Amino acid sequence: MFQVRIHGRGGQGVVSAAEMLSIAGFLEDRHTQAFPSFGSERMGAPVMAFCRFDDKEIRLREPVMAPDALIIQDTTLLHQVNLFEGVCDAGYVLINSTRTPSELGLDDFFASRPGIRVLTVPASQLALEHVGRPLPNAALLGGFAALTGIIRFDSVAAAIAEKFSGRIASSNVAAARAAYEIAVTATQGASAAC
Amino acid sequence: MLKQIEGSRAVAEAVALCRPEVICAYPITPQTHIVENLGQLVKTGELTDCEFINVESEFAALSVAIGASATGARAYTATASQGLLFMAEAVYNASGLGLPIVMTIGNRAIGAPINIWNDQQDSMSMRDAGWIQLYAETNQEAVDLHIQAVRLAEELSVPVMVCVDGFILTHAYERVDLPSQEQVDAFVPAYEPRQILDPAEPVTIGAMVGPEAFTEVRYLAHYRQMQALWLIPELAEEFEQHFGRAAGGTPEPYHTEAAETLVVALGSVNGTIKDVVDQLIGEGLAIGCVSITSFRPFPARKLRETIGHARRVVVIEKSLAVGIGGIVSTDVRMALAGAGIPVFTVVAGLGGRAITQASLHSTLMKAHHDALQRLTFLDLRHDVIHREIERLETQRRSGPVAENILRELGSVADHIG
Repeated sequence: MFQVRIHGRGGQGVVSAAEMLSIAGFLEDRHTQAFPSFGSERMGAPVMAFCRFDDKEIRLREPVMAPDALIIQDTTLLHQVNLFEGVCDAGYVLINSTRTPSELGLDDFFASRPGIRVLTVPASQLALEHVGRPLPNAALLGGFAALTGIIRFDSVAAAIAEKFSGRIASSNVAAARAAYEIAVTATQGASAAC
Repeated sequence: MLKQIEGSRAVAEAVALCRPEVICAYPITPQTHIVENLGQLVKTGELTDCEFINVESEFAALSVAIGASATGARAYTATASQGLLFMAEAVYNASGLGLPIVMTIGNRAIGAPINIWNDQQDSMSMRDAGWIQLYAETNQEAVDLHIQAVRLAEELSVPVMVCVDGFILTHAYERVDLPSQEQVDAFVPAYEPRQILDPAEPVTIGAMVGPEAFTEVRYLAHYRQMQALWLIPELAEEFEQHFGRAAGGTPEPYHTEAAETLVVALGSVNGTIKDVVDQLIGEGLAIGCVSITSFRPFPARKLRETIGHARRVVVIEKSLAVGIGGIVSTDVRMALAGAGIPVFTVVAGLGGRAITQASLHSTLMKAHHDALQRLTFLDLRHDVIHREIERLETQRRSGPVAENILRELGSVADHIG
């Protein structure tokens, strides 16, 4: 099983991101399960969503406590929520930011957890360029495909096209592709689970 | 057709495949997506010959469904939590009148304190209202149970609630195999009402009944639910022949035969329980579990056959009978009356508290070693309650309990587990 936890704020498409990830996995004929964990139902409140991948039926209903991968949509949560709780030693962390992990003040954490592969991609900026709105979710999924290698970019693009339609779909796919390319350049995609 | 969709969408598509003629819609979290999707299916013309009625309250939603059903229409609605409480009078009326309405419950806690998250206190509050209650473990089962619910309701003239855990299932994307219209048409025939309001042949439905006949009318309601106990497995068998997969309202055993400890639960938590049972079997424990799908009627005999050999039974339940403990476990104890098997109640998942493998593992391990208390609250924060009890004991004006605790803990729902 490969487990993903996505952190963001209400209105940033956190729940849709997990749903699209589950569709992408389904398109590769895997069992996937996505579900949200709402705080208060309002814009800006911290929101979590989860996605699990497996080759057999997923029966487990608990929140993702020990994620193989974390996607952080909003860096203002870094000092508000215990984002890194339970993350696996050989896990992945993908952060939406124009800054490096070091510039985000995360050196100490990642130095203490050397097995974790971390990457930042400017997903909000890419979404602004391609979609016209700073909604980072689809772009981050492109980055996620490159960072983890758990899912093919084509599946992510197809999932975005299933969730949205018309120009919103195509522009989000473009943002995801741009993030994917940045992430491919920055890292070598490799699949692993802990 | 295999799809990766939200549970609410899957339920809406399943309901639409059953060709409802009247849908009464009033939104309440976490059920809202179901009626929203049905509204969309009516608007796009995918669901035809159906009146989609936006009503002003849950009381109206079920009252309109009652009126529609009495005129011979196949009627459907959905609700949750306080919505179900607000329609309580109509809930009893629908069953008392013998109207085969199907209603989805997106299970959610009941306030106060207000809470939008999942537990099963809402449907449990209506367990004696005369409706059949089916609890889904997965979204596939939610789909299959809705299709069977329409048959069950109409054959017996009894309303059916299909209970689907809020958020955990209603908002979960997972793979669901949705049958074709032809398959469902072959399984669910046109509704043939036992009673009908028709101006051409006027009758009264809902007469006042005095002491001379009230007991008899109530007895017949009980009789129909007892009929459901044999109809439910029959429908399940027929469903499997039609759709090629097993689903239905009978208790579903998992590694029960050789088990000394048996776990009983309703709904989606059974998935997590099965994973923990696998772990514990791997550690050498003789343990198994049973998912109760039909809670009303309660399958007492079948359950006794399935768990009557155990040395102990642990009921994990997402509701609380304040002042006594378990609701489901009371019925399980009755089913096991005289068998001398201790039944432990574990109240879990209240107001959306995550039921984790780790907590279930340690609780079931304790049970297996006879170290569990008869009534346990899973992951209860003893430090929090002790501080509040101390406040209650030392100050007369100790203030509102919920607010006192929140002040200590910080913001709402910011924990991962």
